[in-house]
Amino acid sequence: MEVIKVEHLYKQYRLGQVNTGTLSHDLNRWWSKMLGKEDPYQKITETNDRTSRQGSDYVWALEDIHFNVQQGDVFGIIGRNGAGKSTLLKLLSKVTAPTKGSITLHGRVASLLEVGTGFHPELTGRENIFLNGAILGMTKAEIRAKFDEIVAFSGVEKYIDTPVKRYSSGMYVRLAFAVAAHLEPEILIVDEVLAVGDAEFQKKCLGKMKEVSGQGRTVIFVSHNMAAVKSLCTKGIVLDQGRVVYHGTASEAVTAYYALNASKLTSHLVAHDFDSAPGGAEVRLKRMGITPEQPQCTDEIVLDVEFYNRSTANSIAISFDILNQDELVLFGSGTLLHEANGLFKGSCIIPQDLLNNGLYSVNLYVHTDAYQPLFNVLQQLRFEVLESERNYAYFGKINGALRPKLTWK
Amino acid sequence: MEEKNKLPVERITANSSGLNLKIREVWRYRDLILLFVRRDFVAQYKQTILGPLWLIIQPLLTTLTFYIIFSKIAKIPTGGIDPILFYLSGITLWNYFSDCLTKTSNTFVANAGIFGKVYFPRLVIPLSVILSNLIKFGIQCMLLVLVFIVQSMRNDLAFNGNWALWMLPLFILIMALMGLGLGLIFSALTVKYRDLSYLLTFSVQLLMYATPILYPLSFAQGTLRNVIAFNPLTELFESFRYGLFSIGAINGTGIIYTVSFTLVVLILGIFVFNRVERSFMDTV
Repeated sequence: MEVIKVEHLYKQYRLGQVNTGTLSHDLNRWWSKMLGKEDPYQKITETNDRTSRQGSDYVWALEDIHFNVQQGDVFGIIGRNGAGKSTLLKLLSKVTAPTKGSITLHGRVASLLEVGTGFHPELTGRENIFLNGAILGMTKAEIRAKFDEIVAFSGVEKYIDTPVKRYSSGMYVRLAFAVAAHLEPEILIVDEVLAVGDAEFQKKCLGKMKEVSGQGRTVIFVSHNMAAVKSLCTKGIVLDQGRVVYHGTASEAVTAYYALNASKLTSHLVAHDFDSAPGGAEVRLKRMGITPEQPQCTDEIVLDVEFYNRSTANSIAISFDILNQDELVLFGSGTLLHEANGLFKGSCIIPQDLLNNGLYSVNLYVHTDAYQPLFNVLQQLRFEVLESERNYAYFGKINGALRPKLTWK
Repeated sequence: MEEKNKLPVERITANSSGLNLKIREVWRYRDLILLFVRRDFVAQYKQTILGPLWLIIQPLLTTLTFYIIFSKIAKIPTGGIDPILFYLSGITLWNYFSDCLTKTSNTFVANAGIFGKVYFPRLVIPLSVILSNLIKFGIQCMLLVLVFIVQSMRNDLAFNGNWALWMLPLFILIMALMGLGLGLIFSALTVKYRDLSYLLTFSVQLLMYATPILYPLSFAQGTLRNVIAFNPLTELFESFRYGLFSIGAINGTGIIYTVSFTLVVLILGIFVFNRVERSFMDTV
């Protein structure tokens, strides 16, 4: 059964200063309406791309979104920052209304979007449980029935009659989460809970999600953590620049997301002169690159760096880290570079059969030879290691962050 | 399939349903209204020494000030009503109206934090304001009764209320709805044009002088009297005092005018409030 149906959904935002000139825009809009013209601020041409600045002050944060969610699904919404995920969640949770299109919901919606909304510091834990629960849509009777359970879950029994302003931040979050976790909506929205809190807290969140979906209720899950999306979700969509670019199973959605990222790879950074080069006052990055541009697992990969030097120093210390797509640092290496003809140059060889196939990025750190930091170039270089041709039967993905070739006897 | 019928179905679209009060939804959130009322009280008086005593101190001191300035120095008559009771009853009633109006008028701006994260019918907030001010008004009314008794004993006055006394709750309801309606209109407008909140504070101050609080309507003559009678609050204040002191009269036309004004303002207020509540998060 379909519990969420989104049809031709659009959302427009105004950029920049919202509070200046609205009166004149309002008048302009009204005037166009009177003359029977189209709204001068609603032309569907601009896409949601923050990197390029358009002439219009209006931007479509969501454009023609179309998808549906079945009952009991754990539905993932993935996309890069600014792809429109938060806007979509705001529309689903009715915080703001769409510009065009419609959403049909079967059942109550609650979100673990912001735990502790409406907590008042002067009120006691007990009072806040009731207030917060009511804000999230529970009645007093429902809260009373679950009160003991909520308090036990939060683990703050001793302080339940103390104003929450005296709570530690951990207690505060635990209490807030306990309230939200005891909601019983048909549709639960979970946004980036993995980004906050400690490991135990995350475990509780994920446990709650599994419990909810196990009861035949529906979960909307938003995260940057692809491993979590893959293991928790059944279906999902990928958003890019306000549009749905993929709608299908969760694991395929993750693949689609990676492919989308791959189209945004940069295997070489090149500055044409000192002025345009990134870096500090006297030492700047001239060039950084990966060779070959799209290596296979079995290839030797060379990382080249070259710096302009206008300082009196004749050596600098550099190091780099290799990060996988979950932004986990796999390994790093560093060295001293010596000047030659106003440049510092170096290359590092990453041996063959070390990196698994997948997407990687490079963090570069530059220091003086006395290890005083000069500048960093973080995640600008992004490259993909391709699957190598295999001459054996297994064609599936080989597990592991690394894929070293080990010796068997 | 049976379960399907139990789930509430909701359709979210771009077009708002202007006059839909969503009474059912608001009713489902009635507990929240009461919890907000409670929060307002607790939060306001925690960490003050005198606490809710301020509710009594404020009208008493204002009455005293008015008594000295307007009765003793300016010698403005109070239409045969004991001046202390005259001022105190006026101030009590006025406080309720002005609190309803000014505190509902910043609904969106003051609650942007919560509104941006969770959905509940936004009307819950102004309703909780009306209610928590009603409790304050009740406390101040008790003060009025107390002062009434004290003044009666001191000046040997007999209590001569009349049938209109039983109409007082109705007058108070009309006034609360008028304050709510105006407050809703301003709350919707201040989202876009912040200047209006300054204008409102200022206007409410001036409006007090255009309402027969410091003088009885009978004191004003000619054009001035017509101007004051044009104020829809005038009839409510006159009737309120008539009910309490049996001095003055209830003017039927005036009441009809006031009730019609209230209805128009309330309907308009709900209309603009509903329009703004759906997308104000994008402009705050």
